[in-house]
Amino acid sequence: MARVSIRELRVKNWFSEKILLGNSPGEYVRGLVTPFNIIAAAILAVGLPITWIRFTQGIGAATNLSNTNPWGLWIGVDVLCGVALAAGGFVIGTAVHLMGMKKYYPIVRPAVLTGFLGYFFVVVGLCYDLGRPWRLPYPMVVSYGVTSVMFLVGWHVALYLSVQFVEYSPALFEWLGLKRIRKWAMRLTVIATVFGAILSTLHQSALGALFLLAPHNLHPLWYSPFLPVFFFISAIAAGITMVIFESMLSHRIFGRQISHEDHENFDGLTLGLGKVAAAVLFTYFCLKWVGVAHDNHWALLDTSLGHWFLLEVFGFVLAPCLLFYWATRQRNVQLVRMGAIWTVLGIIFNRVNVSMIAMNWNQTDRYSPSWMEFAVTITIITVGLLTFRFIVNRMPILYRHPNFDYEH
Amino acid sequence: MSINRRNFLKLATAAACVGSASSAKSQEYFAGWPDRYGMLTDTTLCIGTNCRKCEEACKKVNELPPHDVPLSDNTVFDRQRRTDPENYTVVNRFPNVEDPEKPIYVKSQCMHCNEPACASACLVKAFTKTSEGPVIYNKDLCIGCRYCMIACPFNIPTYDYLRPFDPQVRKCTMCYDRIKEGKIPACAEICPKEAITFGKRSDLIDLAHERIRNHPDSYIRHIFGEHEAGGTSWLYLAGVGFENVGFPSELGETPYPSLTRGFLGAVPLVLTIWPVFLIGLYKFSQHREEVEKNIRSSGAGRDE
Repeated sequence: MARVSIRELRVKNWFSEKILLGNSPGEYVRGLVTPFNIIAAAILAVGLPITWIRFTQGIGAATNLSNTNPWGLWIGVDVLCGVALAAGGFVIGTAVHLMGMKKYYPIVRPAVLTGFLGYFFVVVGLCYDLGRPWRLPYPMVVSYGVTSVMFLVGWHVALYLSVQFVEYSPALFEWLGLKRIRKWAMRLTVIATVFGAILSTLHQSALGALFLLAPHNLHPLWYSPFLPVFFFISAIAAGITMVIFESMLSHRIFGRQISHEDHENFDGLTLGLGKVAAAVLFTYFCLKWVGVAHDNHWALLDTSLGHWFLLEVFGFVLAPCLLFYWATRQRNVQLVRMGAIWTVLGIIFNRVNVSMIAMNWNQTDRYSPSWMEFAVTITIITVGLLTFRFIVNRMPILYRHPNFDYEH
Repeated sequence: MSINRRNFLKLATAAACVGSASSAKSQEYFAGWPDRYGMLTDTTLCIGTNCRKCEEACKKVNELPPHDVPLSDNTVFDRQRRTDPENYTVVNRFPNVEDPEKPIYVKSQCMHCNEPACASACLVKAFTKTSEGPVIYNKDLCIGCRYCMIACPFNIPTYDYLRPFDPQVRKCTMCYDRIKEGKIPACAEICPKEAITFGKRSDLIDLAHERIRNHPDSYIRHIFGEHEAGGTSWLYLAGVGFENVGFPSELGETPYPSLTRGFLGAVPLVLTIWPVFLIGLYKFSQHREEVEKNIRSSGAGRDE
């Protein structure tokens, strides 16, 4: 009898320490009443009923999708933007673990966590969009459509999600105090990073390659045989700038967790990333023109969608590129951060153009998302942020756990 | 070490061979099943008004809900319709640029491509190009990603957006079940003007050429579907340019699956080369670190 109660007490202590951050349940719940949480709760109060509608009445009950426009906001933003913006995990992982750029070590874990959660919520978003989401494993276990780019995307996202879990898992095991498993997980880091970089190269470009089958419906300025390369290079830019953006927020919100030394070096890291972003964006800018020249589409530039294309390429690729260049020369960290937000918006702009605005440009039945589609997207992002916060507040993501050794 | 390297090279070569062999195979030219069937729609014969019997027959055979307005209601022609989950085929009216008195009626439905974009797009092989000609769909495999709808050059496949539990992609089957029973597709059977002909695709092409030869004033010299997007089982004749009657004009003759072949062919190359390249990067950075450490320690030694 006494033993049972001791075990109960242990479980209670464990729960209070690990989950409730050392608070009693009452204290914890009272602590949850913050402006951010109230907004999040309001978003969920809208998003969850819509989820119910979507899954009980069909995709058509919640979306403006049609037979002519089978893909909308959920594919264009939740999946295409989600995957691109989650590329930070593989970019920073490759830089630190493979290229030996050790000074970026403090941002590996948040970048990997952002990547892991990013992909996880991409899959969640995909489940809203798929007609029969419960058949998600079919391409892995039931029927292999190997001629399909989508087959590659499916496999790679699934594999990469697992790889990212491995990359993130040392933090999880440190939190749980599982030393031995954590050691094994740490040993897998390099090989997981190699595998992750290969998978990322292929599926980031494959998302662009999906649209190779739509020359009839995608505007010629966005349709290009180089679409896979465009998507891959822009995903690198998206990953880097998202890491700048995410680390900026983390330093503001979770600043207390970050060691003094890491705070000191933080501006240097941001400037370094800004330089790389400038180089990548410039490459991407040139590639976009290679695309126009390759298909000789110069004449299309002076049409209304042509102007839209110029806005994308100059306003959301070259402009942030030049801003990064100037800001890093001036060592102006604030401007680098502005450039990062600008680039993130630019990547979203591009993916929205490819999947919605330049798609079906020649059709009379045009698509615009319903408010419920927006609500679901915002709900998924909100749950993603809450999960990120939950993990960062509990596991050693932004700091090194004092009980563990980080040399490898 | 050398054994390791040799083994690795062997593996890499094997992987590269598998990769190139599979892509070489996929590039093999396939002229199509020799005796496959097709359909020939002669738009100069279709009367449209007060008819649409093909639509009705199609609905009956596929057990789709009947029309909500009677077939005699010709206001349906006032706007362009497309296929949807309840209408696998629709007849549309187009103004006749040659003779404004005689509008042109065009029946549209799945074209049953020789090399279907939908089938190459499907990640679970839910579409099959049968040896008889029809492109058929297996609802038991489909996960509902709707990539087939993005890929179809004719914007034909439709989706059950309002069915939450068993949504399907829906499109014309060219009455595959009837063909197997020895019958002909319902629309061809019912057409009172014999505007739709069922037969071996090769015979239909001969027939179409013959009609063009015999009535050079009634037809333009083009059989739509003979070569478009690699050729389709459904063929069309018309008296005006096809771009005037709702057909895509810039399709080209390349079969759609070849549009992604280059990318898919590069996948085994990346899988083979990237690991070596990335591990090389890792080894390089390790080496650099070691050198730096040595320099530092020897420098420190001198200072003492």
